[in-house]
Amino acid sequence: MGGVRYEEVEHTADWALRVRGATMGELCQVAASAMLAACGARSSDGPSSERSVRLEAADRETLLVQWLEEVLFALEGRSRIPVRIEVEVSPPLSLSATWEEVPLAGIEKPIKAVTFHELVVREDTEGLETTIVFDV
Amino acid sequence: MTLKTPRPQKQDLVRQSPLMWEIPVSFRSDMRVPVRLFADEALVEDALGDASLGQAVNAATLPGLVSHVTVMPDVHQGYGFPIGGVAATRLPDGVISPGAIGYDINCGVRLLASRIAYGEAEPRIPELASALYAHCPSGVGVKGSVPLSSKDLDKVCREGARWAEQKGFAQAGDLEATEEEGTISGAEPSAISPRARERGRPQLGTLGAGNHFVEVDVVDQVFHDEAATAMGLEVGNLVVQIHCGSRGFGHQVCSDYVREFQPAIARYGIQIPDRELVCAPLDSPEGKSYFAAMACAANYAFANRQILADHARTAFDEVFRGRVRDTGLTQVYDIAHNMGKIEEHKIESDTVRVCVHRKGATRAFGPGFEGLPPRYRRLGQPVLVPGSMGTASWVLLGTEGSMALAFGSTCHGAGRRMSRHQAKRSIRGDRLRQELEDQGVRVRAGSLPGLAEEAPRAYKDVDAVVEVVAGAGIAAKVARLRPVAVVKG
Repeated sequence: MGGVRYEEVEHTADWALRVRGATMGELCQVAASAMLAACGARSSDGPSSERSVRLEAADRETLLVQWLEEVLFALEGRSRIPVRIEVEVSPPLSLSATWEEVPLAGIEKPIKAVTFHELVVREDTEGLETTIVFDV
Repeated sequence: MTLKTPRPQKQDLVRQSPLMWEIPVSFRSDMRVPVRLFADEALVEDALGDASLGQAVNAATLPGLVSHVTVMPDVHQGYGFPIGGVAATRLPDGVISPGAIGYDINCGVRLLASRIAYGEAEPRIPELASALYAHCPSGVGVKGSVPLSSKDLDKVCREGARWAEQKGFAQAGDLEATEEEGTISGAEPSAISPRARERGRPQLGTLGAGNHFVEVDVVDQVFHDEAATAMGLEVGNLVVQIHCGSRGFGHQVCSDYVREFQPAIARYGIQIPDRELVCAPLDSPEGKSYFAAMACAANYAFANRQILADHARTAFDEVFRGRVRDTGLTQVYDIAHNMGKIEEHKIESDTVRVCVHRKGATRAFGPGFEGLPPRYRRLGQPVLVPGSMGTASWVLLGTEGSMALAFGSTCHGAGRRMSRHQAKRSIRGDRLRQELEDQGVRVRAGSLPGLAEEAPRAYKDVDAVVEVVAGAGIAAKVARLRPVAVVKG
C-alpha cells in the first residue's frame, strides 16, 4: 500500500476521516489504522494476544461500521490496541481479520461511536473511497 | 443511496419574528414539517456556515412528526440530526430514531450550590481543582469507584439515581431536583446487548473525556431574585457543574440500535435521506426495544451524575472542612440534553402524546409543571446551560413560550463554531491552559490536545445564545456563572 491513504476532513463537532483502499479488505484495514492514529491510542508493555474477527453484512457501509466497532470495542471494552491488522473481504461481504493486541496505556482523544452519517463507499478507477464520521 | 446534505441558504429562511426563522416545507419535497430556527442575524450566519440546517431539513422528513423541527441558537453540525435540534413524533406510530437522540444518551448537566463565598475560598481553589480531579475519575475507558455486578447493573438500568441514593450516594432533596426524579420509566435490561453490559459495568461514577467536565463557578450576576433564592444561588458564592452522560454504556446502546435499525426501515417502508437517521415506529418491536434500552442508558447517566455529585461533595469537604462554616453542596437541578421523552404537548388546540427527541437541547418546562419540586413549580423548570471552557455559564427557567414554541425545550450550551481539526491546528493545549490560568481559571486536564479542541474560541458566544432564547421567550434568565476551576478528562 503506497502513499497517504487517509486524511482528516473538516467537521464542526465530530471527526471525519476520508480513507482509500484498493479493495474492501484494504479499505477496512486503512480505516482501522486511521481511527487508531486519530484517537492517539498508546500502548504499554505487557503480554500480547492474537485475535480473529469474522463479520458478514448486507452492504459495504454496514460491514465497515461493524468492523470499526470491533476495533473500538478492543480499546474501550478490553483496553487493548489492535496492531498488525490483516483484513480480507471475500464475496459477497464476508470479512475475516486477524490482529495482535497489546495493552492500552491511554488515548489522547476518545471516540464515542462510528456513525453511518452520509456514509457511502464509492468505487473509482483506483479502488474504493469513503468518508467516515465519528462521534467524539 | 445517501446523498450529501444540501444546505439551505439565507434566502431559504423566512423570518417569522425578530429571533425566529422558518424553512418551509416547500424547501424540499420530502419535508413533512417546517424547520424553525431561533437565532439573531449573527447566529443565523453561524448556522449557515456548516451542515446543521441541512441536517435539520433531513430530520424534518421523519415519519410521524408533528408541528415543526426546532433548531436552537447553539446549533451545530452533528451526524444525521443536528446538535441543538428538537423533533416530536406522534404516538403510537410515529418513529423513534436513536441517531436523533445521540450516542451519549442522557448526556446532561447537574448544578450544585454552595454557601461558600469565593472571596473566602479563593486561596484554596487550586487545591479544590486537584481534589475534584482526584475524586472524579476521568479519561477514556477509565474504571469508576463503583464497579457493578451484572445484577446491580440491572438495578441501575431500572432505578437510575434512586439506586445511587440507596447506596448512599445522595442526600435529601437530590432526587426531587432531578429531571424525572432521576428515573425514566420503561427501562428493560433485557434490551441491552452483552457488549453494552461489558462496557457499562466498570464505568459508573466516571466523568469520561471530550467535552465532559466538572467546573467550579462563582455566581456572577442574578437576573431573577425569586428564582435565584429558590435555587440557593447567591452572588459571589461557589457552585459546581457536572457535565457528563451514560459513558460507554450509552454509546454502545446507540451503536447497537443504529446498526440493528438499518434493515428495519425497509421493513416499515420508511425512506430517509441519511442512514444515521434510521428509525422505527414507536409501537413496533424494534421501536419498543430501543426505547427500553435508551431508558436503561438514561437511568445509568442519572446514577452516574449522582455518584459524581457525591464525589464532588467529598472533595469540597476535604478542602474546606474546618475552614468554612458549611462545606455542603445542595442540588439546584439536573437536566438531560440528549434524550427521547414521552410527553404531552398542545398542538394547536389538541393535546397530543409525542416522543420528543432532544439532541443537544434541554427540556425547559414552564411554570405549573407538576413534576417540578414545589419550590420551582410556580417559577418553571431550572435549565442549566454550560458555556465553553473558561467562559460564562447560565441558569435559566423554562417558560410558557418554550412550551408553546419549542416542545418545552431550549438551548443546551454555546455550540461549536470551529472544527476540532481546526482547533487542534490553531490552538496549543499548554498555551491555552496557561491563558486560562492567567484569567484565574484553574485547569486540571488529562489530555492537552483534548483541552485545545475544547478551547473557548472554538465555540459560539454563550451570552449571545442566551440573549436569543431569552429574547424569543423560550427561556428566562436567572443567573450568570463565571468559572474558576475546570476538571476535564
